[in-house]
Amino acid sequence: MTAAPATTQAEKAAEIEEMFELFDNWEDRYQVLIDLGRKLPPMDLAEKNDNTRVTGCMSNVWMVAHVMQTPSGPVVEFCADSDAAITKGLVSILWYVFNGQPAKNILEFDIDEYLDRLGLIAHLSMNRRNGLFSMVLRVKALAASIQGA
Amino acid sequence: MSVSSIKPGSIAAYDVAAIREQFPLLKQTVHGKPLVYLDNANTTQKPQRVLDVLSEYYTSYNSNIHRASYQIAERSTHEFEEARLKVRTFLNANAPEEIIFVRNATEGINLVAQTFGRMNVREGDEILVSAMEHHANIVPWQMLCEEKGASLKVIPINDDGELLMDEYASVLSERTRLVGIVHMSNALGTVNPVDEIIRIAHQRGVPVLVDGAQSAYHKPIDVQSMDCDFFVFSGHKLYGPTGIGVLYGKQRLLEAMPPWQGGGDMIASVTFEKTIYNDLPNKFEAGTPHIAGAIGLGAAIDWLTDTGMDRIEAYECDVLQYGKEVLSAVPGLRMIGTAKEKASVFSFVLDGIHALDIGTLLDTQGVAIRTGQHCAHPVMKRFGVEATGRASLGCYNTREELDSLVRGLHRVREILG
Repeated sequence: MTAAPATTQAEKAAEIEEMFELFDNWEDRYQVLIDLGRKLPPMDLAEKNDNTRVTGCMSNVWMVAHVMQTPSGPVVEFCADSDAAITKGLVSILWYVFNGQPAKNILEFDIDEYLDRLGLIAHLSMNRRNGLFSMVLRVKALAASIQGA
Repeated sequence: MSVSSIKPGSIAAYDVAAIREQFPLLKQTVHGKPLVYLDNANTTQKPQRVLDVLSEYYTSYNSNIHRASYQIAERSTHEFEEARLKVRTFLNANAPEEIIFVRNATEGINLVAQTFGRMNVREGDEILVSAMEHHANIVPWQMLCEEKGASLKVIPINDDGELLMDEYASVLSERTRLVGIVHMSNALGTVNPVDEIIRIAHQRGVPVLVDGAQSAYHKPIDVQSMDCDFFVFSGHKLYGPTGIGVLYGKQRLLEAMPPWQGGGDMIASVTFEKTIYNDLPNKFEAGTPHIAGAIGLGAAIDWLTDTGMDRIEAYECDVLQYGKEVLSAVPGLRMIGTAKEKASVFSFVLDGIHALDIGTLLDTQGVAIRTGQHCAHPVMKRFGVEATGRASLGCYNTREELDSLVRGLHRVREILG
């Protein structure tokens, strides 16, 4: 792992990838996911409702996303949570690589290829991935709306 | 079945190692661990004998039935109809005409809803089901009720997952046109007192459909002594192929019912002016059926018969009892479905741990269970749970495999604790 905290999107993505590479059995890899999920900033209970629920999950996933203006331009910010620990770990991967990023970074990042590299696409059931991908779609749609503005 | 009803000594000769030997799929490792397959309520694995019969059908005599006069077609027709006879014997039906091949239990229920139901249900009438039905025994009736302006009534259950029989007698009304009842609950394991349910319904002249998707591979079935009017099951849960199932119906009911799907094989003669329908059972089997599936199901029934349904029932009951004991020692585990009469199914929640996490982490131990709502959303709601983990037994599961499940659950608690 890198000594200094990862700051750029590429660094954050690489950091997670390094953590996964340390382990070759799936129990340990799930443990990594679960630990990642535990570090996810908490979501307000009031924000977890039917309106913020992401469809397509065997477990519940909630997400609230918005565009935030910063001195260096607009970025997408979101918070999310899940009632299942492993799903929450997947949610946190998305949070690490997408949260606070400008539209360009979000739209250009190949999340399918990235999750495939982590081995997560082959390993997790379609149901859960569908939920994950609906999250990605929401974040990308917001990013596209910035770029189109 | 309860422990007290097992015949003494009936499992003594049950050689589970020899049984397992006949199921090639079970001899594999997952994540480097021996596969512990505990998702039998979802589907069961197939003995070599079934696989051989399927292979032989396609290698030696694949040909369409009822339509040709050459040797291999005569053989396929013969084997297909032999399979029907085997089903008839397996269920102790009165006649082979009462055995209709369908895709699965779900299709059997839909067939009854769309034929018997449409013919007999009118505005203001009622269909009665229980609170522990699989969606397959809810939605076809809801569709019928919506079409006819009828309503679906529900027999409630108690906290153990048992039917409230007093409530049943009161909710059964003059407007009830059919009772649809699950023999054994996929989500709870409860075995319902179908004989009693049928007797009470018949006193009021109401026919009963029994959903035997879960029961047919766990206990001997006798539709005549049960006196059900319809009984459905799926081949793939009976150690047979997917895509084949059975609807049993009393002959006089089936004869009075209109056909459902039109096409070849279900007709006696066709002109553009009028079609004369074929006799039973062909009237309900339009088009080329799943020939290999039916023959494979016949082989599965041969296998079950040779093994002995009563012996399988007794053996599984013993493993179930063992499972209840060892699972009750897992801290934080709450069993959903604690009926006195129960078979095969352990549906459970672990305090503070999502069922999906349980299933995913158990998989890394080689243990395969189902997680989720088990196509029974109303049951989950009744017990106030989002989802459960469900381990379900088949004829080849062992006490040692339940030990693996318990070890796996302890590990899940360590990881997520």
